Amino acid sequence: MERDTHFVLGVYDDEDVLLHAVEEVRASGVKIDEVYSPYPVHGLEHVLGYKRSRLPIAAFLFGMLGTSLALTMQFYMMRFDWPMIIGGKDYAAFPDFIPVTFEMTVLLAAFGMVGVFMISSNLKPWAQPRIFDVRSTDDKHIMAIDIANNSAMDLAKIEAILKSSGATEVNKKSFD
Amino acid sequence: MAHDAQHYNLDQKFEFKASTKKSIMTVLVIGAILLGIGILMAMFGGHHEEGAEAGEHAFHWYERLYANLWINNVYFTGISIIGVFFFAIQYAAQAGWSAPIVRVMLSLGNWLPYAAVLMIATFFLANHDLFHWTHSYLFDKASPEYDKIIDGKGAFFYWPMAKGTFPAFFIARMVLFFGFWVFFFNKLKSLSYAEDTLGGSTSWYKIRSMSAYFIIFFAVSSSISAWDWVMSIDTHWFSTLFGWYVFASWFVAGLSAMTLITIFLKGQGYLEMVNENHIHDLGKFVFGFTIFWTYLWFSQFLLIYYANIPEESVYFIERLSSDVYGPFIFVNIGMNFVLPFLVLMTRDAKRHGVFLKLVCTMIIAGHWVDFFLMVQPGTLGHNGGIGFMEIGMFLVYGSAATMVILGGLAKGNLIPKNHPMLEESYHHHI
Repeated sequence: MERDTHFVLGVYDDEDVLLHAVEEVRASGVKIDEVYSPYPVHGLEHVLGYKRSRLPIAAFLFGMLGTSLALTMQFYMMRFDWPMIIGGKDYAAFPDFIPVTFEMTVLLAAFGMVGVFMISSNLKPWAQPRIFDVRSTDDKHIMAIDIANNSAMDLAKIEAILKSSGATEVNKKSFD
Repeated sequence: MAHDAQHYNLDQKFEFKASTKKSIMTVLVIGAILLGIGILMAMFGGHHEEGAEAGEHAFHWYERLYANLWINNVYFTGISIIGVFFFAIQYAAQAGWSAPIVRVMLSLGNWLPYAAVLMIATFFLANHDLFHWTHSYLFDKASPEYDKIIDGKGAFFYWPMAKGTFPAFFIARMVLFFGFWVFFFNKLKSLSYAEDTLGGSTSWYKIRSMSAYFIIFFAVSSSISAWDWVMSIDTHWFSTLFGWYVFASWFVAGLSAMTLITIFLKGQGYLEMVNENHIHDLGKFVFGFTIFWTYLWFSQFLLIYYANIPEESVYFIERLSSDVYGPFIFVNIGMNFVLPFLVLMTRDAKRHGVFLKLVCTMIIAGHWVDFFLMVQPGTLGHNGGIGFMEIGMFLVYGSAATMVILGGLAKGNLIPKNHPMLEESYHHHI
């Protein structure tokens, strides 16, 4: 995937200003690439128009996988592979299997969800994160706008929109 | 943005319409008719000889009536006190989201005084037929029926009186618990309604400290009442987590009841400021504590099943290997765990009233089955079961309690209009 390299950055001081700015900027037709903030801003994903995450579906499927794996494993081991009588119960004593089944369900749901999240957010160990502005880890909110995505709009106009929405600075950033 | 909550009509009162009363009364009458049919069937049914042939004491039809009274006494007392308990939790935890619905929670407590009278009356009416330990010959060393184990537990019921006479300690606990529960309920109610005229935050602070005292008292009394009222039916048997198990059962049923009332009030056009975010939170509580109940139910079952100590496993043998109760064990798990778990798993199901209404109704019926399984095997043995009498008595108690609860709710403002966290609740968003 070719990654775009030229961005316009709006820098915001205040989260309330930022929330209104995101609404204004999107209303004026500019497509926002991403907003970086030092802490989670409540309602930001809502004004950015992000769809709800489908991660719960992955969690459910991995959980079901865990349930079936655990039951199959125990049933095979206890009934066919090495049948053993424990506590005078049947070989395949279903209630005995429940704790292990529960643990496997939780384990696979959690691992599966973390794995899917990492893959879908491109969080691999050798990933090179793009630093738009180091101050987004301190006290500034950074709105990144991809110039190639907004080719229909004049660059000066985008900058004007950002300024009027309350950005304290408007910068440009290019990556190699 | 400062006072958005003020756009809503905060002075509205729930008007207990004649049509609503009429439909509740209809359910009550249907229940009473079913109950009457059930009693007649039990009176003229052929159960008498069966019990006598098996060498047990003869079975009388009214024993089943008493067992039904007891199931519903315990069950609806639980739902009622959970309303007060959850109200207290909101204040002790300084919760803001629940501000407009705290009075719905508290209103469940209106049934408590009635429950107290019914419970104490039923005990004196039915003691020998419900509680094996009330027989004085068990404590008489000369008697052939002397029971060493029950004699060892006798002081828990009879102290300071002689064992086998008057269960003073048991009665004292029952009166004490109901007395304090009703006291705390009235105190919290009057403080909450006084806030409407006083304003400010002093009422809130008073309710918070009163809530903390109540929670401490309830922590002890809920467990002990479960031993007294439910576990002592199977006098020889004991389970160390029984108190929490009964509490969990009460809690889920109580949460379902308050969710249903909230959805009902919203459907009638009240509680405008309660939106799907608040409903979602109630749904999460129902979902979460459904799993909590299952956890306790299964913990109790698995340890007894696995260790297989005769004096413990007899409890489940009585239930699982019985034609009468065996199927209901699975009905119990299905209604109280499998179905609510699967239906309420998604976010949308917790945010939309239709699913919650369905699941909460099922849970209220399901936890009645749970109490049915706790009470009937020990009192009636193979003479029990779910028939007209059970369904009728459940409907009679349920509609009477609903009548009292909604009647209490109609007396004051529906929303605590001077609650300091009303604004926070208005902005609640998840």
